[in-house]
Amino acid sequence: MGLKTKIDAEEGKQDLVITREFDLPLELLFKAYVEPEIVEQWMGTKVLKLESKKHGSYHFETSDPQGNVVFRANGVVHEFSPNEKITRTFEMENTPFPVQLEFLEFEKLTDDTSKLTMQIVYKSVAHRDKMLQLPFAQGLNMAHNRLQDVVNKLK
Amino acid sequence: MLAVQALTPGAVADNFKSSRQTISKHIQILTECELLKQEQNGREIYYLINAKKMKDVADFIEPFRKMWDDRFNKLENVMKKYKS
Repeated sequence: MGLKTKIDAEEGKQDLVITREFDLPLELLFKAYVEPEIVEQWMGTKVLKLESKKHGSYHFETSDPQGNVVFRANGVVHEFSPNEKITRTFEMENTPFPVQLEFLEFEKLTDDTSKLTMQIVYKSVAHRDKMLQLPFAQGLNMAHNRLQDVVNKLK
Repeated sequence: MLAVQALTPGAVADNFKSSRQTISKHIQILTECELLKQEQNGREIYYLINAKKMKDVADFIEPFRKMWDDRFNKLENVMKKYKS
């Protein structure tokens, strides 16, 4: 069985491509990117603003259970063709990561399946690699914390 | 190709349109990155894949892939419920 989500990140390039095939008709896949209350459900974030049109913009915010804001992101929409493509910028606020450019292409495979191809362009090769490493680093951190917990219990 | 059997650079080049120099350069880079291993056999040097290193590189990207996979799985589940 092949992986449903694939990452293509060529060495020394400042972009990467994420592809995913969905067991969803194209229209439903696209809707998941357009309806604020649906975006909130799968992104796990609050949608403060989402204008799905050329020159529109969006704003996401995530809070922890105590109500502290832990994540804010925003961007502007450059191209918007329903069931076809979205071109937009994405920026995480209050982080050292610069804005990135995202090209999302939606494709019908069959009546019940569809495909998303997402190209993300970063400011530099180094920035891309750092972003790529982020979840890896977080995983490593979590592993270290767990190790620390275990070691502390041994004391 | 090198995953199936160890080959000399010349044997690899015979399978591509690129020049021997180009192939040789590629092999050199892959070897420097430890993605290929060398084996001396008489006068010839054979190259073969370094499976462990290849896996390390794949593992490095795996958490990033997993993050997107989880996110898209969620999207798929949300929309399947939306449909019904």
